Amino acid sequence: MRRYNTGYCKKRLLSLCMLLSFIQLSAQTDMDAIMMTKNNFCTGLMYNSSNWTDYWEGTLKRNNENLGTVSTKMYAVMGNYGVSDKLNLLFGIPYVQTRASAGTLHGLNGMQDLSLWVKWNPIETKFGKGTLSVYGLGGISFPTTNYVADFLPLSIGLHSTNLSLRGMVDYQVGKWFATASGTYVVRSNIKIDRNSYYTTEQHITNEVSMPDASNVQLRTGYRSGRMIAEAIINNWTTLGGFDITRNNMPFPSNKMNATTAGINIKYNIQAVDGLALIGGGSITLAGRNIGQAGSINGGVFYILDFSHKAKKTTQLAQPVKEK
Amino acid sequence: MKKIFLSTLIIIVVIIAAQLSCSKVTSGRTDYLPALNPSKTDIDAGSWKTVFLTGPTEFSVAAPVAVTTPAYIAELNEIKALQKNITKEQEEKIAYWGAGGVLRWNELMRELVAKYNLPPYQKADGVYPAPSAANPFAYPLFPFANPPYAARAYAYISAAQYDALVAAWHYKKLYNRAAPYKTDVAIQAKLQPTDLPSYPSESAVLAGVTAEMMKLLFPGEIAYIQQKLEEQELTSIMAGANTRGDVEAGEALGRLVAQKITARARTDKAGAAIGTPADWAQIENAVTAKGEIAWISLDNPKRPPMLPLFGKVKPCLFDEATTVALRPLPPPSTTSEQLKKETAEILDFVTHPTRERIRIVHFWADGVGTYAPPGHWNAIAAEDFITKNFSEVRWARNMALVNMALMDAAIVCWDTKNFYSNPRPTQMNPAIKTLTGIPNFQAYISGHSTFSGAAASILGYIIPERATAYQAMALEASLSRMYGGIHYRSDCEVGLTTGQKVGSYAIARAKTDGAD
Repeated sequence: MRRYNTGYCKKRLLSLCMLLSFIQLSAQTDMDAIMMTKNNFCTGLMYNSSNWTDYWEGTLKRNNENLGTVSTKMYAVMGNYGVSDKLNLLFGIPYVQTRASAGTLHGLNGMQDLSLWVKWNPIETKFGKGTLSVYGLGGISFPTTNYVADFLPLSIGLHSTNLSLRGMVDYQVGKWFATASGTYVVRSNIKIDRNSYYTTEQHITNEVSMPDASNVQLRTGYRSGRMIAEAIINNWTTLGGFDITRNNMPFPSNKMNATTAGINIKYNIQAVDGLALIGGGSITLAGRNIGQAGSINGGVFYILDFSHKAKKTTQLAQPVKEK
Repeated sequence: MKKIFLSTLIIIVVIIAAQLSCSKVTSGRTDYLPALNPSKTDIDAGSWKTVFLTGPTEFSVAAPVAVTTPAYIAELNEIKALQKNITKEQEEKIAYWGAGGVLRWNELMRELVAKYNLPPYQKADGVYPAPSAANPFAYPLFPFANPPYAARAYAYISAAQYDALVAAWHYKKLYNRAAPYKTDVAIQAKLQPTDLPSYPSESAVLAGVTAEMMKLLFPGEIAYIQQKLEEQELTSIMAGANTRGDVEAGEALGRLVAQKITARARTDKAGAAIGTPADWAQIENAVTAKGEIAWISLDNPKRPPMLPLFGKVKPCLFDEATTVALRPLPPPSTTSEQLKKETAEILDFVTHPTRERIRIVHFWADGVGTYAPPGHWNAIAAEDFITKNFSEVRWARNMALVNMALMDAAIVCWDTKNFYSNPRPTQMNPAIKTLTGIPNFQAYISGHSTFSGAAASILGYIIPERATAYQAMALEASLSRMYGGIHYRSDCEVGLTTGQKVGSYAIARAKTDGAD
């Protein structure tokens, strides 16, 4: 088990970014195979900036002179608490701000969805030359405010309550690792401000049925107590939904798909125990009903140790000895 | 301890997942309605004043064969055979159409408007292509069902349905053929039994008149509409309400009425409403010659104004001279203090949007990809009419009044817009970012306000106990355009009163059409 009570921790950005869908499908998804040790609480701030000029209207790639470049800035507070070495609780909540560089449409901003995750590491075993770990995660996210979902692409989120179930496998040999995960996301219906809308037919209701979604991610790279550097491929697929028709506006229940590629770096500051910086970026390789976003992010995290015996010592900057 | 925690967690997760996935299906407000149960048959509706027909007998309907003839008995046997093998799906279709033919065709119309309400994308050279009625399947699809187009389409469909049903009611009373279930006890009445004579079938009249009108208005949807026509006609036979003969006579009558009204629509000048570059320049020059700032398109690339000559279209409730007479006084000058103040007010609205105002903006926006503001008022009307137990002919009459008011509101509004060609707030101050799309036409007067003023007035006459509520809705719709940042207060206030004036013509007609 990679139990590092060092100065970085998991930025549980996955669920947050995924909810943004049209706005942003970032590869900055920390579906990482790392657990916080018991009674350690890691918390921090994240910033993410994402921009797109081209987008996919259905499968047709185009730009829009009445939007120009659509940018989304996100500021998030996140945390991860070690209930035990095998069980972690995580949370995250972002503030999101959107803007279009051309045309006349007004950007929106506000607090978005609160995400809560349980992360469980039931299996860890020697396998070949390395260590194989298996994880199960369950997450729920729900809107914290009555923000507008039906003003895409400038909405700050889709306003559904999502339940995510994820399986994850990690294999590490020396300091090199690979992680694969698969997630199924159950999404609740949403209510919009209109009381009738057209998808592929007219709906005489303000309620919108949101298709479920799946997410598959592969990540690989270097991982030590001091730093992590990794490359990530991520795919988000909406299991249902419909395409934006020609020159129409996007809608929350569109079939939004995206494949992104990115890198992540996390680094522990040697001078200050428990302090870590993270940074990364991603690009969108393929998509459907979604902007071709490029994004960069950065963050700072700090660990608080609530274990009775632990006093702050420089030893905290070392990886816990593997079992 | 940890195990208890984990298993509790798993249970919670499963419960939430189950709830989220069970609630996937959304049902519409009008999906499951009881069968139409008119409080009166309106048996004398054949004497009501028609809109475009010279009278109910302009098209003749042959006398039906006697109910004792082998031909009619064969028709009854068809119903029995259908009822014997009826499926659950067919029962659902009977219930769907049984809620009211005028209602269901109105909903289908709204659906088509929403589907076709998409502005064409520009060509590579930045020029916007125009849809072609001759080739409705080529991009851009015909029609672009924008608000004026939609208003006219709803009006012609509704007026045609009304005229055709007035004629149908005339022949119903004349021939007085009882419904199949009254003639033969072996036939079940699957909808509300009625004393209304069944020949010609009102369902088939509606199907025929609507399908025939749709050839003009939504030529790309003929196959879809034909399928709906067959569905409605078959359900009325399966329900025991009509025989094949009732249906055939009804559809034929409906199509004849539609052909007459189609001829009227082809010559109402809507076909030329798109104008020419010379027309567009003339609209602009007339305004700049007076020293005013003329409207320019805020689309990128700039788009020609939407149907700038729609103001010249022949109205339903009055003549073209009245269109001009109803044109309001000019808006505040673009160089005036007044307009400066009104622009500042709009900037303030968009700089400090509240969630409730955004809700209002989006509730009434009815922009791209929607059934447009006239469709919204159709939805409001329809959902209230459902509660009123109107006969089909009264449903059609009331919808026709509402939609003729909406079409004429569009004509007066478009005449005003293109006469004064007044810029949008964002043109006067680009800092005004809008909470809904800026429509590609002039500010003065607000289309939403004009539509809403007209619709609320006639609806308040039809359902007096809701009059105050309709006025409140109209005011909210009007204000929504200011909150959204796309109209000045003058546009909205003058739009509402102008719409109310148009609505008064519909009320005047309603008072004298013989229905009240």
